[in-house]
Amino acid sequence: MKIHEYQAKELFEKAGLPVVPGRVTTEVGEAVQFAGEVGYPVVLKSQVLVGGRGKAGGIKLVKDQAALEKAFGQLKVLEIKGYPVEKVFVVRAIDIRKEFYAAVTIDNAKDDVVLIASADGGVEIEETAKTNPNAIKKFYLQGQSQIDPQSLPWKEFISAIFPDPSHQEIGTKVFQNLIKVFFQHDCSLAEINPLVIDAHGEFYAADAKMSFDDNALASHEELLDLRDMRYEDADELEAKEAGLSFVKLEGNVGCIVNGAGLAMATMDIIKLSGGQPANFLDVGGSSNPEKVLTALKIILRNTDVRAILINIFGGITRCDDIANGILKAKEQIDLPVPLVVRLTGTNEKEAKELLAQNGIEIHSTMREAVDKVVELSK
Amino acid sequence: MSVLIDQNTKLIVQGITGRDGSFHAKQMVEYGTQVVAGVTPGKGGQEEHGVPVFNSVAEAKDKTQANTAVIYVPAKFAKDAILEDIAAGIDLIICITEGLPVLDMVEVRKAMENTSIRLIGPNCPGVISPGKSKVGIMPGHIHTPGSIGVVSRSGTLTYEVVYNLTLNNLGQSSCVGLGGDPIIGTRFIDVLEMFMKDDDTKGIVMVGEIGGEDEQKAAEYIKKEVTKPVVGFIAGRTAPAGKRMGHAGAIISSGDSTAEAKREVLKSAGVKVVDFPDEIPAIFQ
Repeated sequence: MKIHEYQAKELFEKAGLPVVPGRVTTEVGEAVQFAGEVGYPVVLKSQVLVGGRGKAGGIKLVKDQAALEKAFGQLKVLEIKGYPVEKVFVVRAIDIRKEFYAAVTIDNAKDDVVLIASADGGVEIEETAKTNPNAIKKFYLQGQSQIDPQSLPWKEFISAIFPDPSHQEIGTKVFQNLIKVFFQHDCSLAEINPLVIDAHGEFYAADAKMSFDDNALASHEELLDLRDMRYEDADELEAKEAGLSFVKLEGNVGCIVNGAGLAMATMDIIKLSGGQPANFLDVGGSSNPEKVLTALKIILRNTDVRAILINIFGGITRCDDIANGILKAKEQIDLPVPLVVRLTGTNEKEAKELLAQNGIEIHSTMREAVDKVVELSK
Repeated sequence: MSVLIDQNTKLIVQGITGRDGSFHAKQMVEYGTQVVAGVTPGKGGQEEHGVPVFNSVAEAKDKTQANTAVIYVPAKFAKDAILEDIAAGIDLIICITEGLPVLDMVEVRKAMENTSIRLIGPNCPGVISPGKSKVGIMPGHIHTPGSIGVVSRSGTLTYEVVYNLTLNNLGQSSCVGLGGDPIIGTRFIDVLEMFMKDDDTKGIVMVGEIGGEDEQKAAEYIKKEVTKPVVGFIAGRTAPAGKRMGHAGAIISSGDSTAEAKREVLKSAGVKVVDFPDEIPAIFQ
């Protein structure tokens, strides 16, 4: 799950990170009032959950009320990568002298949490990583959830980022708090880009990005209200609540598969066999019959779908659970498109008997079932 | 021979009294796996499918000399289950449970540092050495003893591959499901090395998918060290690109984690990469 800049900054502030005072609003009047309180110039920042908003014109520096009103109006009608700007975050402008990059994330290949920092911050950081990798410094936490500011490796790291000794203590504090906020909320990313030093030598997180591990959300009540539903696909959410994983695609062959790998392979093979998959749908393990019913309902909302393939290789998923789900669905909904069923693995025999009694044919190989469903989709 | 598990494997089932744990404990017993103990805190003294249940792994290990544990407990208890195994000195831990937070796995990996304990998973189907022992959730009957080693990041897709091998009279030495999570206990390279050392494994099937760089690392290893024939399949050629946020991911990952990139790098390492899982057997025949 991702959250907006203004939400991340609230969490940052609670963790002791320096953020510039700001207010999020949908009303120009409130923006004007806030600018009056903190004084011009202010920056208007579109709150969207996609990258590249600066380049898309979603960030505007304004020097007076007239300019604010004009810019606010422009942002309110702006769409960034298909997402309309709803909220605008108004912050006092900072007189930036130096920009840094700082992020805490998980390096899967190293099985560890890593703090990444650079004295060359800003929007070109990925380019810097490619052209001048030495400008990017990484500090691995070695399985710990904090750093020892007195240790030699830390002193080397911090002085590489902040050659000016007067910045090292406050820089260490900022990094410690970024690490703290990362662990506090089970983040997958906590990023400040840029981390800035202003004309008075003060540090500020000028931007804030946070995303969270979906597997850990259940134990973080503080995050539940932060989800912006406009960025969630209603079908995908409904699927998730039912324990399914669903992604809609452009094609016309609906797929219900168990396991992400087999679900992806099924889509690949449909395509290689001349069809177009309409979705990715993994019913997951420990299936119950209800899941199949929900899966069919979600897939059938897509009116492009001309045939549906159920491809189950039972392991922890029992084929008879799936068969019962198919029978239940047949009772409850009128299937407007043909269903091609392939079931094999755990409790396959029971499933075959159940479906045979109800006149449903079962294919035993994936290739045969895919060929059949592709033919029916044409 | 085989890798990781065989007829001498003595198994503890953690979560044996739960729906999945109980069901699969029964399947493993029926397959012939030496299931010597179950563990469910608070249910010690009971029996499940004739297997004695203990309150803790330490007690179960002490009473039964078990050397392997398989975990079916819910995700929120899985980290503690693994840590309990590590503390008890269980040699091989196989975690079937899916949905562990990534930071839980960082903690687990740290706890395993400087030990010889091996973890398979989490979020994996387990390991089977056909005819000898089955530890996990895979349907036993699709496997048959033989000389092909299978290693995979997927669960059900592995069954698909194995099923095709068995249909074509190609038995398996061992099949290892690594699990689909970002941080896992054992990666392709580890298992490729085991298969290289196992005299009974004559050929290897490697099933990868989009994401991460483990297939690229495996390709490097194969180029240098693997002299047995390797056939590869990569899932996710039609998967839409992931939505990325922030720059950190791009900074730490050097490679291209698409299916096509992985297919190419494996091909250049001499791996025969197929389009359909049912094309795998012909490569070995």
